[in-house]
Amino acid sequence: MAANRYITIKGTRDGLTLFMNDQCAFDDLLQELENIISTKHLVEDEQSIRIKIKLGNRYLDDQQEEKLRELIDKQNTFIIEQIESDVILKETALQWKEETEIELHNKIVRSGQILKVTGDLLLVGDVNPGGKVMASGNIFIVGHLRGIAHAGVHGNDKAVIAASYMAPSQLRIADIISRPPDQEKDGVHMECGFIDSTGKQIIMDRINVLAKNRFDLNAFERRIING
Amino acid sequence: MGEAIVITSGKGGVGKTTTTANLGTSLALLDKKVCLIDTDIGLRNLDVVIGLENRIIYDIIDVVEKRCKISQALIKDKRFDCLYLLPAAQTSDKTALTPEAMKSIIDDLKPDYDYILIDCPAGIEQGYKNAVSGADKALVVTTPEKSSVRDADRIIGLLEQEDIEPPNLVINRIRTHMVKNGDMLDVDEIMQILSIDLIGIVADDDDVIKASNHGEPIAFQPNTKASIAYRNIARRILGESIPLQSLDEKLTFIEKIKKVFGKN
Repeated sequence: MAANRYITIKGTRDGLTLFMNDQCAFDDLLQELENIISTKHLVEDEQSIRIKIKLGNRYLDDQQEEKLRELIDKQNTFIIEQIESDVILKETALQWKEETEIELHNKIVRSGQILKVTGDLLLVGDVNPGGKVMASGNIFIVGHLRGIAHAGVHGNDKAVIAASYMAPSQLRIADIISRPPDQEKDGVHMECGFIDSTGKQIIMDRINVLAKNRFDLNAFERRIING
Repeated sequence: MGEAIVITSGKGGVGKTTTTANLGTSLALLDKKVCLIDTDIGLRNLDVVIGLENRIIYDIIDVVEKRCKISQALIKDKRFDCLYLLPAAQTSDKTALTPEAMKSIIDDLKPDYDYILIDCPAGIEQGYKNAVSGADKALVVTTPEKSSVRDADRIIGLLEQEDIEPPNLVINRIRTHMVKNGDMLDVDEIMQILSIDLIGIVADDDDVIKASNHGEPIAFQPNTKASIAYRNIARRILGESIPLQSLDEKLTFIEKIKKVFGKN
């Protein structure tokens, strides 16, 4: 059996990590992988093995990734846990950047107006009844929130909404919607809304609670780090 | 060169037409040359409120469609020489007028008048767009009701997109006793939501309706709460700084005057 030229395998507690050479041709890589999988001494077929694939400085497009997954899935013994690459498309990087940026607006969002941003929204001004603010990230309002705020529009359920005065007609985070109880007329100062640990409802609390529940708010490139 | 002010509200029935008629009257009382334009095509009211209904021969659509000259359509007020009305058409609809046509009419009138007050129809469609085009300034009328404040907010948002000065607010038909009991939005609450400059507060007064029905704007009467409020707004439009009295003070002030003159 020829020595593995392009793929290095390391065993860890959680399974196998496959380090792929990032200089060779992709087809060579696939071939070698196929060899490994089919000939490897994997007799103990009682348990599936979790594998991580580290691609190094190689970028895989969707088709290539599909091929890779197909190849590994053929053998039922393996479960792909993660495919990791050190490089990403410029486009993706820009999107990440956008999503983690804080966009500042200084205006009143009046009835019938919608303010929509990618990333976090920092609004210095009010959201009036009938107005709506939307952000793919968090929403921070220095002013009165009387309209609708929708954070984590694309499904980020970790997003939070905070306002110096909370009297919203609705709060929405990801796909969860809540509204204040009917008998409650007055708003509250310095509060925030976030999805609680059950993941089913939005709860309101004082703003300083955020530090405990969402400590990653502090890290600016948090989502880039998290991938 | 005159100034064109559009009077708008979004919601219907809050007192746009009454405000237009009374501000026109008040400005005329201050010796300004004023032209009122009714843009509520199909539902014209301004002529009725100001008592000139039976003098209409041509209307704004006749002007736009070149059936008459603009000077022929203008109606001179029966009380003042400096107050004119350009009435709306009752038979056409709002699409008969276009923003461009409106703008050219206002540009034609501007050299001859100090103030051109445009009475805007309710809504935010064609009629609103017509009325706003050509205006330099805007007055937003609201009543202390949630629905009316909501619509005013919407209109202010739309006005902010237009190329005009930031609008001023008129709070109309406030009832002191209801505000006192907390049953009505008070001025502060409204201002907090709308956050634009307040130019006047008009108290709710039965006399306003009575006067309108007689085709005689309340601003002619020198001593009712509402007429004083309208006259104050007119003076503020002229740039005089008149303190906005809180409603309570205003009331006691008026009561004091009444007492001095031995009325009531």
